[in-house]
Amino acid sequence: MATRVVMEALSPTMEEGRIARWLKHEGDAVKTGDILAEVETDKAIMELQARGEGVLRKVVVPEGGTTAVGNVVAVIAGPDDDITGLWDQGPQQQERREQQVAQRPQERQKAEPIAAEPARVRASPLARRLASEKGLDLQIVQGSGPGGRIIKRDLVPVAPVVPIMPVGLGGGEGWEDVPLTQIRKTIARRLSQSLGPIPHFFLTAEIDMERCAEAREALNALGEGKVSFNDIAIKVVAMALLQHRDCNAWWQDDHIRYFNEVHVGMAVAVEDGLITPVIRQAHRKSLRQIAEEAGALADRARTRRLTPEEYTGATFSVSNLGMLGIDEFTAVINPPEAAILAIGAVTPKPVAADGTVTVRRRMRVTMSCDHRVIDGATGARFLQTVKRMLENPLAILW
Amino acid sequence: MPTITYRDALNQALREEMHRDAAVFLMGEEVGVYQGAYKVSRGLLEEFGPMRVVDTPIAELGFAGIGVGAAMVGMRPVIEFMTWNFALLAIDQVVNSAAKILYMSGGQIPVPIVFRGPGGPALQLGAQHSQALESWFTHVPGLKVVAPATPYDAKGLLKSSIRDGNPIVFLEGEMLYNTKGEVPEGEYTVPLGSADVKREGADLTLVCHSKTVAVALKAAEQLQHEHDLAAEVVDLRTLRPLDVGTLVASVRKTNRCVVVEEGWPLGGVGAQVVDELQREAFDHLDAPILRVTGADVPMPYNKHLERAAKPGPDRVVEAAKRVAYREG
Amino acid sequence: MTATARTLPALEPSRRAFYVGLLRQMVLVRRFEERAAESYAQGRIGGFCHLYIGQEAVATGAVAALRADDYLFTSYREHAHALVRGTPPRAVMAELFGKATGCSGGKGGSMHLFDAQRGFLGGHAIVGSHIPIAAGAAFAIKSRETDQVAACFFGEAAVNIGAFHETLNMAALWGLPAIFICENNRYGMGTALERAAAVYDIARRACSYDMASETADGMDVLAMYDVTARAVQRAREDKLPTLIEARTYRYMGHSMADPIHGHYRTKEELEEQKSRDPIEQLARRLREADLLADDAFKALKQSVEEEVEDAVRFSEESPEPDLSALYTDVYRA
Repeated sequence: MATRVVMEALSPTMEEGRIARWLKHEGDAVKTGDILAEVETDKAIMELQARGEGVLRKVVVPEGGTTAVGNVVAVIAGPDDDITGLWDQGPQQQERREQQVAQRPQERQKAEPIAAEPARVRASPLARRLASEKGLDLQIVQGSGPGGRIIKRDLVPVAPVVPIMPVGLGGGEGWEDVPLTQIRKTIARRLSQSLGPIPHFFLTAEIDMERCAEAREALNALGEGKVSFNDIAIKVVAMALLQHRDCNAWWQDDHIRYFNEVHVGMAVAVEDGLITPVIRQAHRKSLRQIAEEAGALADRARTRRLTPEEYTGATFSVSNLGMLGIDEFTAVINPPEAAILAIGAVTPKPVAADGTVTVRRRMRVTMSCDHRVIDGATGARFLQTVKRMLENPLAILW
Repeated sequence: MPTITYRDALNQALREEMHRDAAVFLMGEEVGVYQGAYKVSRGLLEEFGPMRVVDTPIAELGFAGIGVGAAMVGMRPVIEFMTWNFALLAIDQVVNSAAKILYMSGGQIPVPIVFRGPGGPALQLGAQHSQALESWFTHVPGLKVVAPATPYDAKGLLKSSIRDGNPIVFLEGEMLYNTKGEVPEGEYTVPLGSADVKREGADLTLVCHSKTVAVALKAAEQLQHEHDLAAEVVDLRTLRPLDVGTLVASVRKTNRCVVVEEGWPLGGVGAQVVDELQREAFDHLDAPILRVTGADVPMPYNKHLERAAKPGPDRVVEAAKRVAYREG
Repeated sequence: MTATARTLPALEPSRRAFYVGLLRQMVLVRRFEERAAESYAQGRIGGFCHLYIGQEAVATGAVAALRADDYLFTSYREHAHALVRGTPPRAVMAELFGKATGCSGGKGGSMHLFDAQRGFLGGHAIVGSHIPIAAGAAFAIKSRETDQVAACFFGEAAVNIGAFHETLNMAALWGLPAIFICENNRYGMGTALERAAAVYDIARRACSYDMASETADGMDVLAMYDVTARAVQRAREDKLPTLIEARTYRYMGHSMADPIHGHYRTKEELEEQKSRDPIEQLARRLREADLLADDAFKALKQSVEEEVEDAVRFSEESPEPDLSALYTDVYRA
């Protein structure tokens, strides 16, 4: 009995994978559950498990080779089984996996067809057009209409599928779904048509960081650990979101999910891109915990060792290019989140205060908002709170 | 603003147009002394005299032809068929003469005539008195076909029809004559060839005309309260020419559509609506367009059978749920 | 089955021009129809072509009794009516040829000639359908209180259709200034009248409506003129309609596509009827009254020949309608 080893979809958005290292070689005995290889996905390095037993008879994709999800990479079989013809044909249609279809804009990849001869996809004309506009491959979408027809609601980002479901967000605990009102629906519909899938708008604020900088220096001088402006920003954002739940939400196409807990995504630059590990329950963690966790996650991110649970499930994201000398920038929202805060460098600037000009450390932040969920005033009020907290650090504890 | 009946709205339209233009006259069975079989022409004989409100023998073909001849030499006849079922007797004049004389004469002779009367089913009138024949006339180039659903539209559209200068088939309804609605005092018209959004909504489009407008509005209420679906109700008002622009704009917004009509399914006006939308709004459709029509049978007398044969709000709600992919 | 016997009134020399005018018109119609037949056989005229040959006296005599502002309606056997009403032969032939210069722009054809300026309102192809339409024009006349009349020509087979009955009833009931002229050429396509009509004497039907009626010799143009003039007077002055039965005969088949004789009538009958030819009749009477010499008659025929040839040439040279004409005049803007 032969087992085809295929390139599996090891992350929600994976479309192809690279064999980084074979841990088993042709001729080795293999049991179900053995780790056959390390696979580099778009996000991290994952382990490929054997799902059958026998002998690893053939390695189809060598180390360093890349192939699309669903293609055969190796064959396990009995020592004398005839394995000819088991990997020539293209598509393995063993399972149709449910994929998180909405892609983060900065990581959008060209969708490659999984199969050489794809089966005919049933989709409504609207779904086809939307998929084409978003660059989505209908082959990997599960249709919920009659006969498996793909319809509009199937193209909406759904909650991450097991095993990616983050801990702490199970079944209703920690969130509340609010149906859309007519006004919401209308705004959503109109704005989506004019601005693309997510109607962004941007709010910028300049924050006086003098007190915060002094407090940070004092804390770091205690010698118990180091805290960065980014760590402080994450904590402040989390506390502010508790007061502004309407910015701590996911757009769910026909309703909005408002979270009572805050999981902050933290954008980290890695060698060839960007990833956003998540600090869970940021509102409950101390500055120290956040600083430690942020550091650890950033390391793991750079070495591509993050698990899916570690980079999904954020309710709000923060992106900081201050260390690269950027004064201000606009970040793109990670769907299904409703907003992201882009943080610039802390720089001394001349400012007017009490009728004179002094030099104070200032920082510019820009909040990108999904207009379907957040209106201008809503976002502005949140930013006001963030600013207030950073300018008066004790307000974080107020 | 006064609230008046559909019947009185038509009466006002006739009166005002007959005052405005001495060439306008009304002709048909029982329109004069009897005050109108459905009282639409009440009081007109007394006001305008027997040359302008003309009672005829039962001779549909004859007096329809007389209307055509009078129109050809410059008058503006309004020919009343007691119901559109009887117009089948006169269809030669409507289709072979009125619709074609302008064209056959190379543009020399227009035929400014309005053929009007109630169409479609009423209550237990039986198979020969219950037919919605609009598609017979929308089929014919040279005719315009109008079907108002409200008193406001009835008055405005009848005035426009009388002034239009082309042969017009004007479809009213026995069950509409007593309905009431706001109609402003003073002069106004409603343009031909323009549909009207009677209720706004973002989730699906219900296309309807004449008596099915009330059906669609009731269904929309039910859809909102029981299924949280906001239906947009588009009243066609004119069946030929169709206002495709309004239909397409609505379906672009809602992505799904149900077409409601009283007539039989094969080749009904709704079939044309579906064709226009699948061509012009193809990429905006998330589901096939469904139709709710009269049952494909001659109309039975029995009350329950008749009700089952007519398109009612429940059937519209079912179809709406299907296009919205709602189970249950 | 013979025409009502009557003593022919003597010709009045003072009306010579009038008589000769009628003769010329009949000759024009005859020659035009003959050339139309040839053109049809050559494929220049398509569809249906219904010829009036033999019946010339009916249209010529009747239309001569009308005024320029009266209205005229006829069926599809209508080239004669248009010509005698004054529509130029060029415009009629060009319409038969389907050219843009035809009186209906090439969009009507042989069965749908229209000339609004001359009150010639068609040209209708559904048997009997124009009868109520003519009554409608009469209604408009009455409504406007002018002294115009509306004349309506139809074949004898049309008197059995509902539209005829409904119309005559209303015309008599309301008193409309209409003249209903039945051109009884005895045969509806291939059905002799006695096989189609329970009451063979058409004029008699008028009594069902209490309407005035007369029977006339449809081969005698002057008789046609007189009977029509009487009906016109009744219509103008009394606002009452008349049914005229004009007994005539067509030499050709129902249309160019139908047999001249055979199953439905004999060659002998045709020859016998030709002996009563309307053109020959009038020409002979004029000659006998010294009102038209032979060579003058020849010259008349020659002039007609040239006029008809000119019409044919004009039609051959005229342009087809532009393709865009397909979509014009469906609606009045």
